[in-house]
Amino acid sequence: MTTDTKFADERLKLSPFHDRQAALNLRDSWSVWNGYKFADYYYDAEYEYFCVRNTCGTYDICPMQKYLIEGDAAEAMLNRMVTRDITKLKEHRVTYVCWCTNEGRMIDDGTIFKLGPKKFMLTCGSPSLAWLKKASFGFDAVEIKDITDTLAALSFQGPTTFSVLKEMSLKGIEDLKPFQIGYYDFADTKLMISRTGFTGDLGYELWIENDNALELWDTLYEIGENYGIQPYGEAATNMARLEAGFIMPYMEFNEALKTVHYQHDQTPFELNLGWLVDFNKPLFNGRQALLLDKENGPKYTLTKLDIEGNKPAEGSYIYGDKKCSLEIGYVTSAMWSPAVKANIAMAMIKTEYLHGEIWAEIYYEKELRQYDKVARCKIKEKPFWAPSRARMTPPEKY
Amino acid sequence: MQHFDTIIIGGGHNGLVCANYLGKAGQKVLLIEASEKLGGLAATREFYPGFKASVAHAINQFPEKIVSDLNLTRFGYEQSSRSMKNIGLDLEGNHVFVTQDGLSGVSDKEVRQYDLYIASLKRFAKALQPFWMKKMPAIGGNTIAEILTFIQIGLKLKLLGKKDMRELLRVASLPARDLMDENFDSDLLKATLSWDALVGSTQAPRSPNNSILTLLYRMAGNHHGHYMLPEGGVQSLIDALTDAAKSVGVEIRCDSPVKKISIKADKNGVKAEGVILDGGEEITGDRVISALDPKQTFINLVGAEHLEIEFLNRINRLRTDGYVAKLHLALSDIPNFTGIETLDDRFIIAPTMDTIEFAWDDAKYGQCPENPVIEIVIPSLNSPALSPEGGHVLSANIMYIPYRKKGGWSEESKAHLVKKLLNTLDQYSPGLSEKVIHAELLTPVDLEKDWRVTGGHWHHTELALDQMLMMRPTYEAAQYQTPVDDLYICGAGCHPGGGLMGAAGFNAAKVILT
Repeated sequence: MTTDTKFADERLKLSPFHDRQAALNLRDSWSVWNGYKFADYYYDAEYEYFCVRNTCGTYDICPMQKYLIEGDAAEAMLNRMVTRDITKLKEHRVTYVCWCTNEGRMIDDGTIFKLGPKKFMLTCGSPSLAWLKKASFGFDAVEIKDITDTLAALSFQGPTTFSVLKEMSLKGIEDLKPFQIGYYDFADTKLMISRTGFTGDLGYELWIENDNALELWDTLYEIGENYGIQPYGEAATNMARLEAGFIMPYMEFNEALKTVHYQHDQTPFELNLGWLVDFNKPLFNGRQALLLDKENGPKYTLTKLDIEGNKPAEGSYIYGDKKCSLEIGYVTSAMWSPAVKANIAMAMIKTEYLHGEIWAEIYYEKELRQYDKVARCKIKEKPFWAPSRARMTPPEKY
Repeated sequence: MQHFDTIIIGGGHNGLVCANYLGKAGQKVLLIEASEKLGGLAATREFYPGFKASVAHAINQFPEKIVSDLNLTRFGYEQSSRSMKNIGLDLEGNHVFVTQDGLSGVSDKEVRQYDLYIASLKRFAKALQPFWMKKMPAIGGNTIAEILTFIQIGLKLKLLGKKDMRELLRVASLPARDLMDENFDSDLLKATLSWDALVGSTQAPRSPNNSILTLLYRMAGNHHGHYMLPEGGVQSLIDALTDAAKSVGVEIRCDSPVKKISIKADKNGVKAEGVILDGGEEITGDRVISALDPKQTFINLVGAEHLEIEFLNRINRLRTDGYVAKLHLALSDIPNFTGIETLDDRFIIAPTMDTIEFAWDDAKYGQCPENPVIEIVIPSLNSPALSPEGGHVLSANIMYIPYRKKGGWSEESKAHLVKKLLNTLDQYSPGLSEKVIHAELLTPVDLEKDWRVTGGHWHHTELALDQMLMMRPTYEAAQYQTPVDDLYICGAGCHPGGGLMGAAGFNAAKVILT
């Protein structure tokens, strides 16, 4: 038996964009997402990050899980599952949601696309079919289909994205508002575009059947050449999303269904996502538990920090005093933000200490020597990076 | 539109008991029953012109407390002081007789061993007795009442003494086979004694889980597990409960299937506010109590949109497949059983524990058993009104008859089974089939359809360790309250469970009244 056949089932799946992406992956730096071969970075993470912030970039979201949920009871089923009231969601609109166990612990977050009166698409980071099946039990008229492997998707982010799409002659693209979905003639088919993304900047997500994926790529890169187009990977995404204040699984939160230790998962209130929880809804999964969590106050609160100095506070403990005698939390993500020119972080801090002093104990290395410093932190209420161009309709043209 | 303090769905004995206590406490109660008669599986009905029977054909554990609280004797319920013998039938006539006083038909050694065996089981049954008529504490519950119940459980076990406590904890989950093999030699005796640990369940002698605990549960009654028939038959209990309920002002509506429990859903959450009948009529109440099985209550009547995901999935995974069929024979004459003089006892056809085990082996793969095992009562001896003059009714529980029969149930497969059963019965009661005027076979599927019990399961929900006590039917509904405000449950799917006991109805009423 050759290794080829012996491990055939273990091979990573290749995204429909793989051929083009592999050619551009100068560093052969691959990791894995949901069984797909997936770029960590292509050339240099920081370079890719700067492209996203200053020109434009594509990020392969084929491995993101996509489910079609259709039928008379589709809305009721989803509405019971997620904490937000999606009966208010209009057709051809997208909304950010999270869903919880009955104990109010967050299972995952994602987006719901309302594609028709009884047709929704749910996207999320991790496979969720088992949970969706559980959540649909008792609703007869719901059909759930995993379309992850057949619907190619590309996140197209950055200030020049609109200019590229405009030059592709997508009729009416200038009218597409944030969180809106549009359909455009492309390659004898319909290209679905949502004005969504994970970078906090102007950006779109492009959805097309696998068969037309490469044609889409080639068109984007042909026109995009003059607009600084560059594929970016996981590393640059992680930088951009932190600046935008978006949470990441296994950094800010641990998926409740995969958490073993008691309360090592999080509630939406702990993650500062209380705005996603709509108690006007009579019932959703975790409602009772979340009412209590809200009433008692979450144990921890995810907090955005502006930290003095320039040493990223990665993995730092957070203290309530400079002497580091009162431990009050831990950093979940941290970086030096080139766009904001600040040392930023997100941290889980015990709610009761949010109003006092906050200090991070930062360890760093300089040419094999280990150092540490204690830096003062300031709470930031707003996302670190939220340019107005992200929300403008029509967007600026370059 | 009429408004009640409490609407109870399901006029089985638990619904009736619950209605009585609430009515007695001054509540305005409506009891709604889907079929034309109250009593559920205990209701006596005509299965052939002039011949009547009830699916539950004898009583063994209906609590004295309920009889006296509700004054049921005043309403015509006469408990019999005579308990029925359990008689293990032998083809050669060497039957085994199990009475409340001991054994006969076996060796002296076994007689002596039985006395020791039953004495210890009685001590265990007595230790468990207080817990059947009591709300179980919620896991993680910290109220004083809950903590006291935990203490009481511990204390009761502790008071058994070291030796008995060890033994109870050992045997409670022991396969029936092991306990019998430890104690006895006679195959017929072992099979007969294990019958009440197994009947109505998905357990056979070798199944580990809780068959002995089930046996102890059945021993909760006055006759230590022996059955009796009241004067006037099982129906007299239902009649007394009905009359008692009417006397305290309970309004009763039969022929009124409920389509939905109406739910008020707003920013305060979800709460039950009444019922909607099949015809569309709405009736409102301050609270709704369902005596139906948990799957019907939550999946069909409440609906997924009003319940959280994990809870509904736990309800759905409850094991509710019934494995007992009921055979009713209209007889032209009294049957004879070889070597038996009086017939008003309970006969068991299960020659060995292997016969029971093999019957289960067939059933668990969806087949009817090659050799079914059978429990027989002739209720018309006790209640002559059940049959025309000279005629008799033979009522039999048949184990193990699968709800999910391979290929499904048809008139043909039922007729085939009836033929097989009559063949078996003829061997013990020669000439019986010649006396049969009519045979009615009720498979678990029939019980589900006509009695509206999911899976046709006697206990609504299998009485197994994981579905008992504070786990019955599942947490968040094990204290008679449910995740839906003002919706309660009080059927056999609640603690303590099924059988003609009424404790679930009693416990639920108590929760509501305190």
